[in-house]
Amino acid sequence: MKKGRKSVSPVRLYRHYISIIVRSKMLDKKSFFLYSAGMFLTSFCVFLSIFFMFQRFHQVKGFTFREVLLCYGIVLMGFTLAEIFGKGLERFPRMVRAGEFDRILLRPRGTILQILGSQFELGRASRCLHALIVFLYGISGSGLCWTWQKILIVTGMLAGCCTLFCGLFLMYAALSFFTLEGLEFMHIFTYGLNEHGAYPMGIYGKEVLWITTFIIPFAPVQYYPLLYLLDRRQEAYLAFMPLLAFLFLIPCILLWRLGVRHYQSSGS
Amino acid sequence: MITMENVCKSYRIAKRNAGFKEAWKALFHREYEEICALKNISFTIRDGEMVGYIGPNGAGKSSTIKILSGILTPDSGRVRIDGRLLWDIDHPRHKPMTRQEKYRRIEHVRQIGVVFGQRSQLWWDVPVIDSFELLKDIYSISDPVYRDNLDELTELLNLEELLRTPVRQLSLGQRMRCEIAASLLHSPRTLFLDEPTIGLDAVSKLAVRDFIRKQNREHGTTVILTTHDMQDIEALTRRILLIGKGQILMDGCLEDIKKGNAGIDETLVELYKSYEI
Amino acid sequence: MGKYFSFFRLRLVTGLQYRTAAFGGIITQFFWGFMRIIALLAFYESDPSAYPLTLEETSAYIWLQQAFLVLLSARIFDGEILNAVKSGSIAYELCRPVRIYDMWFARETAVRLSGAWLRCIPVLAVALLLPNPFGLSAPADPLCFLMFILTLTLGLLVAVAYNMLIYVSGFYTVSTDGLKLLAASVADFLTGGLIPLPFFPGGVRQVLELLPYAAMQNVPLRAYSGNLAGEELLRALLLQIFWFAALTIAGKLLCDHAEKRITVQGG
Repeated sequence: MKKGRKSVSPVRLYRHYISIIVRSKMLDKKSFFLYSAGMFLTSFCVFLSIFFMFQRFHQVKGFTFREVLLCYGIVLMGFTLAEIFGKGLERFPRMVRAGEFDRILLRPRGTILQILGSQFELGRASRCLHALIVFLYGISGSGLCWTWQKILIVTGMLAGCCTLFCGLFLMYAALSFFTLEGLEFMHIFTYGLNEHGAYPMGIYGKEVLWITTFIIPFAPVQYYPLLYLLDRRQEAYLAFMPLLAFLFLIPCILLWRLGVRHYQSSGS
Repeated sequence: MITMENVCKSYRIAKRNAGFKEAWKALFHREYEEICALKNISFTIRDGEMVGYIGPNGAGKSSTIKILSGILTPDSGRVRIDGRLLWDIDHPRHKPMTRQEKYRRIEHVRQIGVVFGQRSQLWWDVPVIDSFELLKDIYSISDPVYRDNLDELTELLNLEELLRTPVRQLSLGQRMRCEIAASLLHSPRTLFLDEPTIGLDAVSKLAVRDFIRKQNREHGTTVILTTHDMQDIEALTRRILLIGKGQILMDGCLEDIKKGNAGIDETLVELYKSYEI
Repeated sequence: MGKYFSFFRLRLVTGLQYRTAAFGGIITQFFWGFMRIIALLAFYESDPSAYPLTLEETSAYIWLQQAFLVLLSARIFDGEILNAVKSGSIAYELCRPVRIYDMWFARETAVRLSGAWLRCIPVLAVALLLPNPFGLSAPADPLCFLMFILTLTLGLLVAVAYNMLIYVSGFYTVSTDGLKLLAASVADFLTGGLIPLPFFPGGVRQVLELLPYAAMQNVPLRAYSGNLAGEELLRALLLQIFWFAALTIAGKLLCDHAEKRITVQGG
């Protein structure tokens, strides 16, 4: 074919992928709604467990119920968005096992775009809704005085959180080029950080805080900006820490490329 | 034109021994076994040629097809397709993991079509036409080209009634016709067919063969066909490449190997025997 | 009986082959347990008087929960069974001279045992070596340990019988995925998968302790440290037996009914 052909933009192509997936999911509405309800209930149980703990203890390491909810709402929403859009990465080991990655390589498009376009977990949107409710409930009672800066910080935390989890999913997918067994340990960082990240990282003590700052930059999207948001600390740089999550994407993408290369030379 | 020069490929396979002790050892130290899949493969295929690529299971057929379609990196050798240098491993300019590398794959796969008889490339739950529309966007096919190709393929493969049906409701034969159409929407110059007639009934087999012949004659599409069905070979190709144990054992015409009144399958068995593969 | 034992052994051996997967699982469970204990410790420091257990009992609860997760969890399902019902390949199984319910029961028990066997030893070994208050201490006395083993066995049986109900319900509904998710999330919460049952508010806790969910994890995990003892333990033990019997009978009845329906309708 000749050069100068008008290429369909990745965004339009992605939308096209998603519309097909949504249409096929909607064929079985009953399953879809049951699944959505299940997702909502799962995170609602986590909310209840936090509620019960605060009924008994009223505060943890200086954080009140509403403040913890603020944190939980942001983390849960970031994680859920990453899951909705990054489902293809999460399912990637299965794709490799079934030999479907060959087909991805045979199409004239970037590999990551095609994998993101292979799945779209709309059923988890219900959990996003739950996260939003928790978040609003949290801020309504936290006595926070809202300014433009603070709204930006919350947005940054959310974006950073979502990016970090996307990066972790990408890393998980990239590892499956090298091994298909024992990948379960990566759940520590994805599901684990989502579940245990409901509470501010500071309550877990110095060691955990150190690991989640310097190894997996989770505290920079969750704990430090939260301290600034709640006026516990005044240093302005804390508000910019969620940007570190974007830096974290770089090694993840490099690992992915290394994985693709390994796949192409080992052919399995 | 496709040329392969001295292409070699070997795989490293981790040895696995049974037993708990062995598994524990494998955690720290793995032993690998080198398996040679292709040894110095060289051949040339001219534009518009139809070639049957045959050999027993595990002979290296699919490795060759993967290398030719740009998704498997050979260990050494050179592959050239339509003047483009696809692989040139020994050349210092060949650097993996660069942007160039990615674009080379993308440029290459734009110009080829691949059909795997055993795997589907269509989206399972939606009507066939939706898959085609998506492929149009994936390959960035312009509207007029897409319309022309779709009309022609619909007519030749008799897809009119199938286009609105979800893929999962199609019979194997119907699905294979759609798969082939899907691989040709972007007018590729080279078509790789991997067991395209496997599991099809007699009517569908004939229809598929008929279509491939027409496509080759009218558009000059180069076709490389791997199959175990010797009737496919007999009906479609004049030239046969026989591969065994990673080497090209024979490059010739079907007539050359046929002896007297022996059937085509028997001829092949004789041939395999004579090469001890 | 012999043929169910063969099913049991077959699954046990198959399960033991997934060593690397087990290794990944062990690391995950270890991390999970650790984070749980630290979080509970943080709450303890905030208000020690409101804390319902001793720190030692908490650590024992969490580590045993992680070590025996595969054995007692009500949110782990056998994908093969669910698929067999969904895809209809169950029809073949109906042709064999075995009772579906008993076969599945044997299979599920074996899967759980093989999974737990690989995972529990390393988790327990490390937990025993950890310093207080993080570590797992030895059982309070031999009787406690004996009761732990007994209630653990009953907990396993209740969990399996509960899962059977989910599998059997697959005969009646097409959307097993949604049902599975609903059942799993409720069960995880009510068994004490998110916070141990003693941390629930008084009234809620009293109701929960009567349910089959408490019979799965709450009883054995607290029996070990002697937190649950005496008359209370005896009552819990009887409840475990009751729930095991009730869930099994309900499952069998439903299964028989479903089998008949399938044979009558011809699939």
